[in-house]
Amino acid sequence: MNEQNIYMPYLMRIETVRDEAPFVKTFRLKFINEEILNRFTFKTGQFGEYSAIGEGESTFCIASSPTLKGYIECTFRQTGKVTNALAMKGEDDVIGFRGPYGNFFPIHEWKNKNLLFIAGGIALPPLRSVIWNCLDLRNDYKDVTIIYGAKTVDELIYKHELKTWDERSDVKLVTTVDPGNETPEWKGKIGFVPTVLDEVAPSSENTVAIVCGPPIMIKYTFPVLEKLGFTSENIFTTLENRMKCGFGKCGRCNVGKVFVCKDGPVFTYKQLKELPQEY
Amino acid sequence: MNIENKLLKLSSLEGLVLKLNQDGKQVFAPVKKDNIVNFAPVSAFHEMTQDYIVTARSAKFVVFPRVETILEMQFSKDNITLKDKDLSSIPDAVLLGTRPCDAAGFKVLTSIFEGDYIDNIYVTRLKKTTIISISCNNYDAKCFCTSVNVHPGGTAGSDILLTRIDNDNFLAEIVTEKGKEIVNKFDTLFDIAPDVNKDSLVANVPVEFDLSAILGKIYPRFESDIWVEQSLRCIGCGTCAYVCPTCGCFDIQDVSDGHNGQRKRSWDSCGFDLFTLHSSGHNPRNTQSKRWRQRILHKFVYVPEQDNILGCVGCGRCSRACSVDMNLKEHLINLIGELTK
Repeated sequence: MNEQNIYMPYLMRIETVRDEAPFVKTFRLKFINEEILNRFTFKTGQFGEYSAIGEGESTFCIASSPTLKGYIECTFRQTGKVTNALAMKGEDDVIGFRGPYGNFFPIHEWKNKNLLFIAGGIALPPLRSVIWNCLDLRNDYKDVTIIYGAKTVDELIYKHELKTWDERSDVKLVTTVDPGNETPEWKGKIGFVPTVLDEVAPSSENTVAIVCGPPIMIKYTFPVLEKLGFTSENIFTTLENRMKCGFGKCGRCNVGKVFVCKDGPVFTYKQLKELPQEY
Repeated sequence: MNIENKLLKLSSLEGLVLKLNQDGKQVFAPVKKDNIVNFAPVSAFHEMTQDYIVTARSAKFVVFPRVETILEMQFSKDNITLKDKDLSSIPDAVLLGTRPCDAAGFKVLTSIFEGDYIDNIYVTRLKKTTIISISCNNYDAKCFCTSVNVHPGGTAGSDILLTRIDNDNFLAEIVTEKGKEIVNKFDTLFDIAPDVNKDSLVANVPVEFDLSAILGKIYPRFESDIWVEQSLRCIGCGTCAYVCPTCGCFDIQDVSDGHNGQRKRSWDSCGFDLFTLHSSGHNPRNTQSKRWRQRILHKFVYVPEQDNILGCVGCGRCSRACSVDMNLKEHLINLIGELTK
């Protein structure tokens, strides 16, 4: 980071562009400056400010695992001025990046535990970073279960990786789509994520649950987890409120007393229970 | 440093403003235009009005401009170049005639812009600005500085504080090294200070409420109906934030013509719906009452807890500017009444 100007982004070159789902893309990004390329590190769960230079900045997590060196990835959906401008970019184009910002998932505290990942729709990217980080340290963890749902089959992202996880004997993957949106060839579950979680009913014994999804999914998933016996300190989530600066100055991402950008984005359900519903 | 006292004659202010300008400093002072007083550049002292309680808008724009380019960009066929802000191009400035509440407001802004990530643009502007405040010898019904620990003769945030002794003379308190530099540079304009009782020269602004009684009680009442009751008439225009000396929230936007561009930081307000709107359409602060609650809690709970400083200086500008007459002082008194029931 430019020591003088906290708003100055690094320049990154787009190495590859992958279409994930309608209006959802993944960029693989490489720092142009060699020194920064070698120096840059982050922890899983952290995020950045990505810019289509000349159009503005958007906040996304770093969707790749920190175990992968030499590049980072981000996945985003086209929803506005900046993300539409980013979507126009192709391989070799240059974008800006500031970060990493925020706290991270305490994966070293999860050693020798079962991991239950629950994600909905476009919220899989932050969990994808943790999932790969943990799978790259596979011996540190016991059972790994992933429950992932989207509105439609088409909207499931990282389809190639879902296949990889499905084929791995050391990962249990459950995918689901909203009722009515299944296709004739759909082999996964049909139902909303909280319902499917209830149905799959993973054991809470020695298990941490990591949840990320739209606010409505999170709201209905927590009670199911509690019913399954998960304690609130063993449920982790990552929030994403609207942000501009990424370091606690622009004033909009706070949930009560805490800034999602500085104190989060990773919180336990226990922490969230002590906060007002401002997310 | 220890505060040093001097005497400054009213007649010397003409020379001071002239010399500060000649010295390459941009001097901002309260100027009356269409019967509204605001800070504006002055080249001579007589352009400044002395007929004001506080200016309509605060002086914060000198250090934290309404819109500021934070970096520049150039686009060529296959290249993007980012150009850092040239901090040396930031001009030296003098703020003359700020009130002690204005000066105290900079302390709050500084607590936001410093911290873990230091905003060097703000820090440089503040460093290059000398703040010469004038104590209040008058106040109005919207003022409540003494209720939020600010004093009409307080030196906090000022480099020099002038207090009117009589028609022709000011007591000049030299508060900081930056203030001392001005005195040393223009020493012929300053005389030996007389022995005066400053307290008798400044306005006696009554303490109208006791914040300490409620500071710990506001946050637990996050879901109270009082936020709805108080904000029913709020139209979400954001004017309160734009006139406020301590509101530091901002937006970042790019402006570009395809060849050249600038990334700009501009004032924003928690009163706006768009401030917190997610791209999904979800909005954590989707009603005006939630946004009003944010405004109060930010100033009276979050900033004090994070930075050990109250986020309001009691200037009353928000109440004077509000188009639907929401009065912060009255709302705080109402809040105290509710919370101490």
